[in-house]
Amino acid sequence: MSTGNGGRALKFHIFKYDPHKEGDKPRMQTFEVEEAPGMTIFIALNQIRQNQDPALQFDFVCRAGICGSCGMVINGRPDLACRTLTSKFKKPEITLLPLPAFDLIGDLSVNTGKFNREVSERVQTWIHNEEAEKTDVTRLEERMDPDLADEIYELDRCIECGCCISACATKRMRDDFLGAMGMMKVARFHLDSRDKRTDEDWYHVIGNDTGVFGCMSLMGCEDHCPKNLPHQAQIAFLRRRMVGAAKD
Amino acid sequence: MKVVYTDSLVIGGGLAGLRTAIATQSRGLDTIILSLIPAKRSHSAAAQGGMQASLAAAVKSEGDNEDVHFADTVKGSDWGCDQQVARMFANTAPKAIRELTSWGVPWSRVRKGDHDVVINAERVTITEKDEAHGLITARDFGGTKKWRTCYTADGTGHTMLYAMDNRAIQKNIPVHERKEAVALIHHDGVCYGAIVRDLITGELVAYVARATTISTGGYGRLYAISTNSVISEGIGAAIALETGVAPLGNMEAVQFHPTAIVPVGILTTEGCRGDGGLLRDVDGYRFMPDYEPDKKELASRDVVSRRMTEHIRKGKGVPSPYGDHLWLDITLLGKVHIEKNLREVKEICEYFLGIDPVEEYIPVRPTQHYSMGGIRTKPTGESTHLRGLFATGEAACWDMHGFNRLGGNSVAETVVAGMIVGEYIADYCESNTIDIPTAVVKEFMRREEDAITEIIGRTNGENPYELKEAMQKIMMDKVGIFRTGKDLQEAVDELRVLQQRSRNVGVRNKVRHSNPDLVEAIRVPKMIKLALTVACGALARTESRGAHAREDFTERNDRDWLKRTLAFWKNASDDMPVLDYEQLDVMKMEMPPGSRGYGNAETIPHPDTEKRVKEVEEIIASKPNADRFEIQQALMPIEVPEKYKGKNERIGVGFE
Repeated sequence: MSTGNGGRALKFHIFKYDPHKEGDKPRMQTFEVEEAPGMTIFIALNQIRQNQDPALQFDFVCRAGICGSCGMVINGRPDLACRTLTSKFKKPEITLLPLPAFDLIGDLSVNTGKFNREVSERVQTWIHNEEAEKTDVTRLEERMDPDLADEIYELDRCIECGCCISACATKRMRDDFLGAMGMMKVARFHLDSRDKRTDEDWYHVIGNDTGVFGCMSLMGCEDHCPKNLPHQAQIAFLRRRMVGAAKD
Repeated sequence: MKVVYTDSLVIGGGLAGLRTAIATQSRGLDTIILSLIPAKRSHSAAAQGGMQASLAAAVKSEGDNEDVHFADTVKGSDWGCDQQVARMFANTAPKAIRELTSWGVPWSRVRKGDHDVVINAERVTITEKDEAHGLITARDFGGTKKWRTCYTADGTGHTMLYAMDNRAIQKNIPVHERKEAVALIHHDGVCYGAIVRDLITGELVAYVARATTISTGGYGRLYAISTNSVISEGIGAAIALETGVAPLGNMEAVQFHPTAIVPVGILTTEGCRGDGGLLRDVDGYRFMPDYEPDKKELASRDVVSRRMTEHIRKGKGVPSPYGDHLWLDITLLGKVHIEKNLREVKEICEYFLGIDPVEEYIPVRPTQHYSMGGIRTKPTGESTHLRGLFATGEAACWDMHGFNRLGGNSVAETVVAGMIVGEYIADYCESNTIDIPTAVVKEFMRREEDAITEIIGRTNGENPYELKEAMQKIMMDKVGIFRTGKDLQEAVDELRVLQQRSRNVGVRNKVRHSNPDLVEAIRVPKMIKLALTVACGALARTESRGAHAREDFTERNDRDWLKRTLAFWKNASDDMPVLDYEQLDVMKMEMPPGSRGYGNAETIPHPDTEKRVKEVEEIIASKPNADRFEIQQALMPIEVPEKYKGKNERIGVGFE
């Protein structure tokens, strides 16, 4: 998509390491790319792979900011690479690192899928409702207050990109911390009238220092969530509910 | 040789694959899903606007039912679909949505009382009934008689995919991530699984199964600009084609969506127009009513895309460095509506265009969006030619879409096909065993090992990226919205050369484990084969039907072309597909061919059409006391799995 109009000469400093290659060492490598109008990091990385380094590893799927595949640390902040315009940076230097706190596959590619499935299993991110299991799908669906449906969707918008996990100091210190993403899922199912789990049930999932009580409120999750989800409000809400559950 | 055995192998972890796997697993079959990526990242998540199901709860949906949904789908397909499948689909869609409700999708609900909405550029008040309060609501979409598209704001695909994947996790279905099926294992006309490459370690593993299902989505990335995810490269369809046994159906049926942003091709949902958005030209003039006075912006997608292209050709496009475009205007919907119901659109505009759609028009143009073609299957979802191979979702030509899919019918197909076909797969597994000799599996394994060794060992091989770019450009320029015999012939000739060159593909990065260069080198020759099936099918089809618009053959020709294209790749050494055809039987249609009701559509009728129209009238007249269900069965008997046979309840009419 280069226009040949002589855009800025961008310098990409990219983390390179192939853990499956014997003797390979982590290092930074610099690539130069001519900036074009509307250039995103998605476009730039593909150009680098095609023209300069065919071994360069990174992940993109939707390239539209909705699938959560391309989280990486961009000039020091976790964010979605596909929707980050290079023009956003005043200096023509862009440093890219893989998201920390996940297994590294290679270069900028990390295994978020494995982590996310574990969180889903831990929180049991599905409706717990014995009656719903017996739903007769030929009959009218169970009614739901329209406002409640909208509110659930607000919390259901997480795309599991991992930015909150990488931005979380607690998570970086203790691997068993659930993290904001898991907490948001708890909040989402806690709010859902179809899910019959009680505060006491939830207490067993998040009522300790690997859950809500481990959060130090540094708000890295809130600051870096690409979907602007209300992490802190939800964690604070859950914390109060869990205190309540412990008292009862 | 590493071999994994299972009963039901599902390739693809999007909505279709997940729902299929849930169906077979719930019948007690060992089930494994393979996916290139974590399942929740699948392209299904990109479906913003909604899922069609005739629930008829909202006031603008009143009177809707399976019959109306069926008729819209058949009309939308330009009578190219398999009507039996469209019927199975329309009857099951309400059940699919209600099942998803119990699995957690937070569908937007009907709110009783007065609401301001925008219809035909005017603000009007509609009043939702008290008794419908809290039921699933619906919005308007193109080509539909009623408001039928159910949604969660504009994140419908996302919420559906998350609920579906969560259900799969709840049911303990393993998803083997970052795995790519590179060949199907088959023997004596039966499919027994796939040879699979681990994208991290590079290891090849044989997954041997009783039944194999391909749910890998469409082939949009054959085109340089597409709304599709970058992984929608059609590899699932390609490995079916490469068996030499299984054909692909109607590959030339490629949909262009009217409103993708310029230049990057990211979609803005049809919900923008469904909710009242307008298309405007370089002068800010709303041009669609001039072309389609009845449906205007909400004509079927193929029609709107063509009208936009015509209007640009008249010099009414907005010039830009990336070519001419038109404007999508949603400013009239207002800030509150946009920020609530079209938020993803707003985010896309902000991040990729730097504009606020509350205040400014969005630059759009028609862009490749959906693959109606795919692995040709019977109504049971099984390949017409290769037993034990099934396909669901966009990867399949189950054929409820014919030559044009309606908005909202894609995610609906994924889940409905998963439900219905999943049952037939389970039936198949229960009556078939794995009786393939290990030596055959080993031979398939060796072939793939050798192919990779050869690619890595080749010096000065063809660069896969260059081949791909050349292919994508040919498809854009010569196999697009409007097609001519001359362009298509050139496309076929040029693709044929690329196909020959792709036999010499090489890599610069010579490692066997995680290697994006090698992934490309494995995929691109397969993609070029698919591109040839599209171009050859389009060249041969000398008529215009749905999304296939020939400028040198502008009529829909039912007399000669009421048939489905089948593309085979008979021998690995061939450089062209072999085409064959499957007749559509007018005498068995519930809805004989007619007019779609859009301007300038001429049709050469099929000789049986008049006879069938009369016959349909007689059947209806002969049953004066029959209800709509009895008449439907008399016109076109269909089968669905026992558990989905029940009638659907609707507010106000019960099970009528």
